[in-house]
Order: sequence, then C-alpha cells, then structure tokens
Amino acid sequence: MDFLFRARKKISKFLKAFFSKRQSRIGIYGPPNAGKTTLANRIVRDWTGDALGPVSEVPHETRRARRKEGIVITGNNGGSITIDIVDTPGVTTKIDYKEFLEYGLEKDEAVKRAREATEGVAEAMHWLREDINGVIYMLDSTLDPFLQVNIMMVGIIESRSLPVIIVANKIDLPDAAPQRIKSAFPQHPVISISGLEGSNVEELYEKMVEYFG
Amino acid sequence: MIQGVQIDLISAERLDKMTMMEKIRLILDDVMEGNIVVLEKGLAPEEQSKLIELTMREITPDGFAGIEMETYPAKEKPGFLDRLLGKTAQARLTVIGPADQMKTIKKEKDFITAWVSSR
Ligand SMILES: Nc1nc2c(ncn2[C@@H]2O[C@H](COP(=O)(O)OP(=O)(O)O)[C@@H](O)[C@H]2O)c(=O)[nH]1
Ligand SMILES: [Mg+2]
Repeated sequence: MDFLFRARKKISKFLKAFFSKRQSRIGIYGPPNAGKTTLANRIVRDWTGDALGPVSEVPHETRRARRKEGIVITGNNGGSITIDIVDTPGVTTKIDYKEFLEYGLEKDEAVKRAREATEGVAEAMHWLREDINGVIYMLDSTLDPFLQVNIMMVGIIESRSLPVIIVANKIDLPDAAPQRIKSAFPQHPVISISGLEGSNVEELYEKMVEYFG
Repeated sequence: MIQGVQIDLISAERLDKMTMMEKIRLILDDVMEGNIVVLEKGLAPEEQSKLIELTMREITPDGFAGIEMETYPAKEKPGFLDRLLGKTAQARLTVIGPADQMKTIKKEKDFITAWVSSR
C-alpha cells in the first residue's frame, strides 16, 4: 500500500515536471520597438550565455517569432522555472513597406521586409491562440499606454486566461512614466525595467518564477 | 462632411446572427474596398485576434495596407475599479477602416463621435 502510494507520488511528480516543462512557453508581446528583442536577448544571455536575435531601431527588425527552449530561471528563494522564451514581432494592424523606405532601404528590400513582417504578426497572433502559456507584455514607458492596440492585445490575452506580466521598459530615459502604465493596467503586475541597461531585471525574474511557475 | 468615403453600419442584430468567420470576412472585404465599417457591437477578443491575423494575410505592396480600429465604449472609459476587476466595458461601437484612409477618419473624428453620441 505504502509502496503503491509512494510510486504514484513519484509518477505524478515526474509527469508534473514533464508537463510543466512543456507548458511554460512564454511569449514576449507588445508594440514594435518596445524593446522585446533586447529583453529576450538579455534573458537568454543571463541564463544560458547565448543570444537570440538582432536589435534595431528600424521597426519590425524581428519579422519571425524566435524561440529559445529550456531556459531555467532561478529565483532568490531557490524556486525555479523552465521556460521556452518566444520573441515575437510587434503586433500591429497595419504595415506599409513605404515606412521602411524612410530608413534608407531599397524598395525591393522594403517590400520583402513588409511581407515578412505581416507573416510574423499573423504567426504571433496564431501562437497566442494556440501555443503560448504566459505572456510578458512590453511597453515603452515614454509612450502613451492607452493605445487601441495595447488595450486590444491585453484584452485578447485576458480572454485566454493567460498569466501576464506587464513590463514598463526604458526607465533609463528621462521622460519615462511607468506610473502611467501601472494605472492603465492595475489588474496585472507591472515591473519597471531598463532592458538595455539591465536595471531591475532581477525583480522581473523573481516575478516570472512566482507567476509562471 | 466625409467625401467619397462610404460608411457601412452593421447592426447588432445582424452581427449576432453571424459566425466569427462571416463577420471577419464581411469586415475585411468591405474595408479592402476602401469603406469604413461601423459595428453596432464590439468584437469579442477571439474575433479581434483572428481579424488581425487575417488582415496581415491580405496586405500587399501598393495595395491594402491594413486596418485601423477604434472602439467607443458603452459609457466612458472603464474606471480604475472596473479595470482592476478585469472588466473592459463592452464596446458599443467599433469603427474599422483602411489604414491608409485613417487620416480622413481622424479629421472627421468629431463628426463620428457626434454621430455616435447622438444615437
Ligand atoms: N533607452 C532604452 N532603449 C531601449 C531599451 N530597450 C530597447 N531599447 C532600444 O529600443 C530599440 C528597439 O529595441 P528592440 O529590442 O529591437 O525592440 P522590439 O521591436 O520590441 O524587439 C532599439 O534601438 C533598442 O536599443 C531600454 O531599456 N532603454
Ligand atoms: Mg524585436
């Protein structure tokens, strides 16, 4: 009896570890240029030593969702989570290749970039409905958080009952106003960081272990 | 007045009778023709998500450049407490238009708002 009980406990523990590994696929969403790739690279670098993708001030540098699997993040109290981190293209409802021309790209290159960007956004939306178990929603804290696309995206994420941590990024900039983001989304934890300089990312890691674990 | 822009109002009653894909197809086909669609009732989050995905698949260079969407909540913006409880006020009206014509819409925004509030 005792043996059976213990065996069952062991199996359920094994299954739990197995499934929780598969379950924690964390998507980084948010508008273009919020700093998603910068943060994704930092997470991957801090916990595995590799890099994920190129960062650029040109919008839609990340055209396809990029994924890094099996990242183990350990919190202060010794708890840890194993996650796959998915860096997504910035969600938008419109893309015009002509915008890329302003950054000095040739037309062919701009058209190609726009096409890839549309595919990437479609894919990111699809993933959100099918494949993502938790979300880091990134916002540039120098900008107005009350954009339709942000309200809509957070609504979509909530409707799927996914845990979401909101990141108020770029607090190193003088006109950063993370408080505005906190009052826009009081129903979710908001962590203020500078993904570029790395300030306060420990608090984000703690919250991820607590929230996505 | 808005010149050369057609505004199509789709009633809540009609929307209630349609499936998700029927709604999205109707909206996209209409917007891709250059029209502005006004829904008497907001889209569900699932429908918004699918609308974004399908919009992306319709974008072509020098053709359709995507959409812009504006929703007008039932009363005012949801208050702090509403948002704390995760209530995003049921949108009463949703205006969806072609992205490249939104400048016209922005200019006529007062007109749309007046029209919305007088209903
Ligand atoms: N000042 C500042 N700039 C940042 C920060 N994070 C990202 N950036 C910059 O913002 C731009 C967009 O960053 P990126 O990570 O590509 O944004 P993404 O489009 O959301 O992936 C780049 O020029 C980054 O260097 C930050 O915390 N502070
Ligand atoms: Mg990126």
